[in-house]
Amino acid sequence: MKDPAERGLRESATFDRATIAAIQHAARTGVYDIRGWGAKRAVPHFDDLLVLGASMSRYPLEGYRERCDTDVVLGDRHATRPLHLDIPVTIAGMSFGALSAQAKEALGRGASEVGTSTTTGDGGMTDEERGESKTLVYQLLPSRYGMDPDHLRAADAIEIVLGQGAKPGGGGMLLGQKISDRVAEMRTLPPGIDQRSACRHPDWTGPDDLTIKIGELREITDWEKPIYVKVGATRTYYDVKLAVAAGADVVVVDGMQGGTAATQEVFIEHVGIPILAAIPQAAQALRELGVHRKVQLIVSGGIRTGADVAKAMALGADAVAIGTAALIALGDNDPKYAEEYEALGSGAGYYDDFQDGRDPAGITTQDPELAARLDPVEAGHRLANYLRVLTMEAQTLARACGKAHVRHLEPEDLVALTVESAAMARVPLAGTSWIPGAGR
Amino acid sequence: MGALSRAEAQERAPQPVTIDLAEVGVRALNAELHAPTATSYEVLHPHGAHSIAAGVHDEIDVGVRGHAGYFCAGMNQRGRVVVDGSAGNGVAENMMSGSVRVRGDASQAAGATGRGGLLVVEGRASMRCGISMKGIDIVVGGDIGAMGAFMAQAGRLVVCGDAGDALGDSIYEARLYVRGRTGTLGADCVEKPVRDEHLAELRELLTAAGLDHDPAEFRRFGSARGLYHFTGDHGSY
Repeated sequence: MKDPAERGLRESATFDRATIAAIQHAARTGVYDIRGWGAKRAVPHFDDLLVLGASMSRYPLEGYRERCDTDVVLGDRHATRPLHLDIPVTIAGMSFGALSAQAKEALGRGASEVGTSTTTGDGGMTDEERGESKTLVYQLLPSRYGMDPDHLRAADAIEIVLGQGAKPGGGGMLLGQKISDRVAEMRTLPPGIDQRSACRHPDWTGPDDLTIKIGELREITDWEKPIYVKVGATRTYYDVKLAVAAGADVVVVDGMQGGTAATQEVFIEHVGIPILAAIPQAAQALRELGVHRKVQLIVSGGIRTGADVAKAMALGADAVAIGTAALIALGDNDPKYAEEYEALGSGAGYYDDFQDGRDPAGITTQDPELAARLDPVEAGHRLANYLRVLTMEAQTLARACGKAHVRHLEPEDLVALTVESAAMARVPLAGTSWIPGAGR
Repeated sequence: MGALSRAEAQERAPQPVTIDLAEVGVRALNAELHAPTATSYEVLHPHGAHSIAAGVHDEIDVGVRGHAGYFCAGMNQRGRVVVDGSAGNGVAENMMSGSVRVRGDASQAAGATGRGGLLVVEGRASMRCGISMKGIDIVVGGDIGAMGAFMAQAGRLVVCGDAGDALGDSIYEARLYVRGRTGTLGADCVEKPVRDEHLAELRELLTAAGLDHDPAEFRRFGSARGLYHFTGDHGSY
């Protein structure tokens, strides 16, 4: 068909083609759309910030040569065995169930190759990922699927998940086609059912209870393991303060762009705030409590490049976590499967039906034949390469700002391109000293 | 196996090691219980402390002489814990095996997410008893509060008294037995016929708990399995 624009046709900004398709789908099926990935709408993001390299008033470090460290210690507030990571980029929690065992193994291999951590998910710990992950964070989720004190003790840190950026306030989903016998057994569920993970923890309610829950986890693990608290970005300032008050060693804040294996489209696109708006709130909360850099801040939700890493750290994060980008590095949405993506009604670069279990790349599936397509060793190397690039890019920008450690980046190294991003990130609009909302 | 009576436990370990929480903290208590130098312990002056005997993973007996706070015997593996008093929130949460007996009442979320073992509450249990249970057996001598067995996946919950509202909401495959009255039933929870195999397992559970009720006095509840697949029909997925 000839390009509609060339024919003088005008697409509605309000009712664009994706919106029309969504209405037609709802009318045809009577069910709402459940999908994977994260928010696809445009929101203020790190691209709306720029880094101020050194010139007369700042002294840069020599690129490639002068020392610019990237290591980070996580969880030294209370734990007797804090984590020491070589790079400030970690792998976010993603479940076995959502991902194939091969994909989980590959995440562990890639992370371990460059000295960072990976994280379990809403389905328990598998031998594959424990075996291949030098540093493994074990999630304690509302569902408690597969929760095992032996795994708590075998983990290097514990992450209490209150929510995730894709769906703050919502529980998890895993549709029946991905509940294989192994997944069902790990979660104590009948195979093949559409499963809902709980949206709230079963045995505690509110921050005072959380304090006691953290105490229990410390007791069970003899006070060795760092304890993270992860929240989806919403009321971040208050959530971070409460997490610190409850005793968290590390706070993880996941912005609305953060990915998911299966969530309602309406949830993904309309709940939560961008990570750009959340980091300054979190950093403010930590500073006001006198624990910035003492309770470490990990942020996630749309981290793609070393520039994103550098900007997130400049705004106050100690480290970042990647999920969607890590899957892409493993091989998700690879053009070599273009025909298969199209046969599924999608396309390479668009595929988000992680809930479906038919991923041609063998990552978001439990189909043994599809999963076997992913070589964990090769995919792990690809992830390690990508993590190296992220780190080197962040170092490049840090050196340009005269920083001998990426953590030394600060808000003064940033300006904003738009009024919105200036207000959210709390850095001045480029060329001005104006920070909208500052001083209120 | 069933929870040991106090007499049986004392017979098995006639000279328990005494740890007085008026003298040492819970951290020191649990450090000892995680690397036990004895097979039987007696915890004095608990005074509602939290996380007493959490994370036990050996076949030891622990007697708590008084009231326990939150998460007593949390994630227990193989241990046999008896609380001579009442227990706070989340007693025996995520228990894997072994047994926990509360001689008094239990607060909210008793036996939450438990994957195995036997929890006996001789008195009453509050809201969310057996929430998200995954294979644990729970026997409550008295009543339970609202939202019992919420999202319960597997295991058996026996209530010798009454059950509060919203029993078994969003239940999966756990089996619930109630001797007294029930309030409202939660979403997708229905009464089911009691067959011989149910009477047999009830008898076994009551015996393990040391209770002599007639299994025929109980009604059974479980999942209608109507929420197992997402559709637009029930408007709640």
